Amino acid sequence: MTVEPGTITPDNRPVDVGAAVTKMEALLGGHIAAYLDACVHCGQCAQACHFHEATKDPRLTPALKLQPMTRVYRRSKAPFSGLRKALGLAPEVTEQDLRAWEPLIFDTCTMCARCTIVCPMAIDIASVVAATRQAFVAAGLGPPDLLEAAENARTRGSPLGLTEAKLADRVEWLADEHETEIPLDKPVAEVLLTVSSIEMMKYPDSVVAMAKLLNAGGVDWTLSSKGYEATNFGVLSGKADIAKLMVERIASAAESVGARIVVVPECGHAYGVLRWTGGNLLGRELPFEVMHITEFLAALKRQGKLRFTPYTDQAVTYHDPCQISRRGGATADARYLLDGFATDFREMTPTGNYNWCCGGGGGVQAMGRAADVRHEVFRIKMAQVEATGAPALVSACANCRLTMDESSAALGWDKELLSIVEMLADHIEGAPNPAE
Amino acid sequence: MSVIEFIEGPLWSFALAVFVLGIAWRIFSLLAMKRPRDLSVAREGAGGVGGATKALVIHSIPHGGNLGRTIYHFVTGYMFHIGLFVLVLFAAPHVAFIQERLIGADIGWPEMPRWAFIVAAEAAFAGLILLYVHRLTDPVKKQLTDIDDHLGVWLTFIVMLTGCLALQEAHAGLRAFHMLTVEALMIYFPFSRLMHAFTFAFARARTGATYGRRGFTP
Repeated sequence: MTVEPGTITPDNRPVDVGAAVTKMEALLGGHIAAYLDACVHCGQCAQACHFHEATKDPRLTPALKLQPMTRVYRRSKAPFSGLRKALGLAPEVTEQDLRAWEPLIFDTCTMCARCTIVCPMAIDIASVVAATRQAFVAAGLGPPDLLEAAENARTRGSPLGLTEAKLADRVEWLADEHETEIPLDKPVAEVLLTVSSIEMMKYPDSVVAMAKLLNAGGVDWTLSSKGYEATNFGVLSGKADIAKLMVERIASAAESVGARIVVVPECGHAYGVLRWTGGNLLGRELPFEVMHITEFLAALKRQGKLRFTPYTDQAVTYHDPCQISRRGGATADARYLLDGFATDFREMTPTGNYNWCCGGGGGVQAMGRAADVRHEVFRIKMAQVEATGAPALVSACANCRLTMDESSAALGWDKELLSIVEMLADHIEGAPNPAE
Repeated sequence: MSVIEFIEGPLWSFALAVFVLGIAWRIFSLLAMKRPRDLSVAREGAGGVGGATKALVIHSIPHGGNLGRTIYHFVTGYMFHIGLFVLVLFAAPHVAFIQERLIGADIGWPEMPRWAFIVAAEAAFAGLILLYVHRLTDPVKKQLTDIDDHLGVWLTFIVMLTGCLALQEAHAGLRAFHMLTVEALMIYFPFSRLMHAFTFAFARARTGATYGRRGFTP
């Protein structure tokens, strides 16, 4: 295990403790204070956290992630904080504290919200962690590779360097290679499709699959070079300005083509951010509907616009991306798509809204120093899949897929990892069989 | 004024004032803090009010799996809390006190029989002790525990213990000692984590309202 609280090798970056405290004070509203006031230190959250369960390290207990905000709250914003300070009962936050807390706030929290389920107070630790990350970044802390990915998104359009020019190149190449129409920058379209740069750079077949499905469903859609990147590393890294910029780009693109619906690809956090916090980041209600690709395809299937031939290749089980199911509320649509399609579908235990995280959400996938602990966490998923007896695992998130691919390789696991969109695209009724 | 008269008179009034005003101030402060507006569009058929209501209910009982730690807390926690509330509200001396000192009239508040007192007291003591032993021995809880957790448990334990000693009302000094410990607990209450008796509702409602709009209340 390379990541433990308090043991990240100190680097030379200066730490501005005051900036962290000021940011936490600014973000500490009634919504967070309610949580800080309610925690009774019962520790029940530990059993729901994959990082604690994989390591059995009590220092990774989710409730400990409330410590930075609690310290600031009790010293400066809570009732009687003046009295506490005068009596010496409200210690200041120090650089040492921030460095000790950093792995808890970044490396060992995927913001999956499993801990909220078991918490008797229903404390949403994930939302507190998201706010706390902003303070750590203001202080000059945070995993360098995650921060670099966020800066890439600001300066180059995407965390993996998918610039506008590269997007155009890859769209042209994919369209030619797969003989599929992939519209880019249509002046007007009913649906704006966004992509995850993880897909475009590492799983391009997934982009082709979405194009085939939308075309087969008769959808009036386009990609836009004004706003194509669905991932939001601004949110994951705690850089609020980048978070807002990414949403602005998509909103601007959608408004310029007059899109009624923005479809988010196979990416959990991209859906969670745009669907549930996009308007809050933008400061106004989004002028379009946001749908995850599984929601949109399920709607097409319900309307009879898409039909599929059965998938009989092998038994499959489904991994719920946390931000789509538990934190997104779109749990049912993937199952609706698999129902009657995957002829041997086996639910894992637990499943749906209670499923375990893959270990790479919340930006943890992009933190190189967290790789070892992430692989340990993945053993929980491996055990879940193996208990079903299914040789293949399907999901609807490129980030989960990348996490699981990397951990599978690291641990020598031989199960097949599939994309639900790619499975469906290969079985569109009436389309030529790709195997022929 | 004797010490006993002081404990049962002015000190009681002071403790009651700190207790009531302190709690009111904590709740008012929480409600007065700014909250960001949620500009997302709720999922069709889902809503914040329903989610908040659901969260208030479902987090009172184990749900969603991973129940290993929860079952222990569920059993011992309810033993302690139910036992304590029953003692506070229905023990014969408390009923007399509530009617004479707080309400000022005999409104027929029911007293529980002695056997019920014994059962409630045993449940409360057993629950509190089991919870505290777990706090002292469980690695996760040891990481989380601070001085406030210890003080809250010990004050409550002492209040319950002195209450048992004063049960026979054989000695005014024992009754006054019990009252003194109650007053200490009441003064400590608003400044401590014991406030979870009220704040649990705000936390649950907040999460329920946020996630209820999304279609799933965790």
